[in-house]
Amino acid sequence: MALSEQDVRHVALLARLGLSGEQVVELQGELNSILEHIDQLRNLDLEGVEPTTHAVPLVNAMRADEPRPSLSHEAALMNAPQQRDGAFLIPRIVGPGGGA
Amino acid sequence: MAAFDFRPGALSAAELSAAVTAREISAREVALSALAAIEATDPALHAFNEVTPELALAAADALDARLAAGTTTATAPPGPLTGVPVAFKDNMNLIGTHTTCSSRMLQSYQSTYDCTAVRRLLDAGTIPLGKLNMDEFAFGSSTESSAFGPTHNPWDTDRVPGGSSGGSAAAVAAGMATITLGSDTGGSIRQPGSFTGTVALKPTYGRVSRYGCVAFASSLDQIGPFAHTVRDAALALAAICGQDPMDATSVSRPETETQAFLAATDPAARDLDDVTGLRVAIATDLLESDGLDPRIRADVLAQAETLADRGADLIEVTLPSTEYGLSAYYIVGPAEASSNLARFDGIRYGLRVSDPEPTDVMDLYLRSRAAGFGAESIRRIMIGTYALSAGYYDAYYGQAQKARTVIKQDFARVFAQADVLLTPTSPTTAFRLGEKASDPLAMYLSDIYTIPVNLVGTAGLSLPTGLIDGLPTSVQLISDYFNEAAIFRAATTLERAVQFPRNDVPCGV
Repeated sequence: MALSEQDVRHVALLARLGLSGEQVVELQGELNSILEHIDQLRNLDLEGVEPTTHAVPLVNAMRADEPRPSLSHEAALMNAPQQRDGAFLIPRIVGPGGGA
Repeated sequence: MAAFDFRPGALSAAELSAAVTAREISAREVALSALAAIEATDPALHAFNEVTPELALAAADALDARLAAGTTTATAPPGPLTGVPVAFKDNMNLIGTHTTCSSRMLQSYQSTYDCTAVRRLLDAGTIPLGKLNMDEFAFGSSTESSAFGPTHNPWDTDRVPGGSSGGSAAAVAAGMATITLGSDTGGSIRQPGSFTGTVALKPTYGRVSRYGCVAFASSLDQIGPFAHTVRDAALALAAICGQDPMDATSVSRPETETQAFLAATDPAARDLDDVTGLRVAIATDLLESDGLDPRIRADVLAQAETLADRGADLIEVTLPSTEYGLSAYYIVGPAEASSNLARFDGIRYGLRVSDPEPTDVMDLYLRSRAAGFGAESIRRIMIGTYALSAGYYDAYYGQAQKARTVIKQDFARVFAQADVLLTPTSPTTAFRLGEKASDPLAMYLSDIYTIPVNLVGTAGLSLPTGLIDGLPTSVQLISDYFNEAAIFRAATTLERAVQFPRNDVPCGV
């Protein structure tokens, strides 16, 4: 099943990638050639086979729910692209001018 | 004292640490000679993204002070890695360094905590030299997708070192570090090990904590060592393995397993040329696949004969389901990667576009991610997002997980009758820079022998066995879960038989 240009734009939006028109066209070709290879899997009869989610069987690893040292405020903000008053600064997300 | 001889293969980690512990040479001298080796050699190779002379000399001086005072390392007597110069793939965090994943997205990111495997290797008394180049976010098999330019192969600088841990492989091969760490999601330790003539191990999933290693595909990723010798790889594994409360998928295993894989490489513990009773499987169908260089096929069969000469029992098996491995991997890997890389949103760290200022948060996301990720990262994120999107999940991700089960069953049948499985590591020797860069699918095919091991979760080691037209070739030894001891037993015996000429590397100190 081949991806259309519109499909590629839809997936790019889901992935939050603002691609150029040129990138969309290039990716359409590349993704279709990769998907064509991958499609052999869809033709396998795997009815009734249990999926493997992890290599090694594991059960939930729980720890005691106790406070413990964590990243300092300063370290957490060390790589912030923008910060003010000890907080991450981002564009407005609600109200007038909010986009998402 | 004469200048310390730090040519590749001049000394193994085991020999070097003995010299430092006996104070025949200071850790500072080791650090300085390693830094000089990097300065002399790395301009031609670009294995390092960042060199850390201050960290190296501080660690060396602290070690020398403890050795002089007779208190040795901070917590323990001098171990077999005391004073050994090491370096880390640039997806592993270490305070005092950047952790860039060779991406514009993280170009200025500074580590705020330490990766557990890195910390454990340093706590064993090693000297940190810096951070190593890689394919961007470990997406690739050649180190060409690094945003900072490719690494070159020390055996032929027109060729790639493999990837994604190409810098880790090249640094050891060229004698710039004695041991390095890489990470392996589909072959990213073993394939570059094969291309550069280094011993390269992907441990069993869960053997080593992944905490602090930037995640690619969380159900496949595993950290492991590159080294000159099989013994050094075992020593490095012993240093970094073990359960970690910070990684819920790390597994608690009995100490006897560590003792067993160390003993397998120890001349005091066994006759290293004897593998009597070791059951070695050869997958006949894997050796018939298209694209396998016939000379590599012949080498694998020759190594099987060597093991048989030393007492091993050879068994022929088939692994029919591995045919689907590549497809399953190129769904599971990108699907998990697209989820893991969702964290790079330009909010808390990483690249945020500023010109023009984002109009709203969606604009910030779209433009920052498109600007921060390179072409291969975008390709993988797109495949993964598509495979997980509404209406396609069962057809792709669900189906790939079922295929994974079938591949696991194939491997279980092999390990019911064999201790190790012997295969090629890579179907070819190192290819030329640019040769496969324009064809993603051709690049993906260079990992056909390594990918199934990640899907199954067992261990695999690439062992250099010789040169073909001047380029290293290797075999891959695969074991059942947590049976690295069997790999080390076979690898040590083969290593002694082949005597790989690592000192002949043309670009090295």
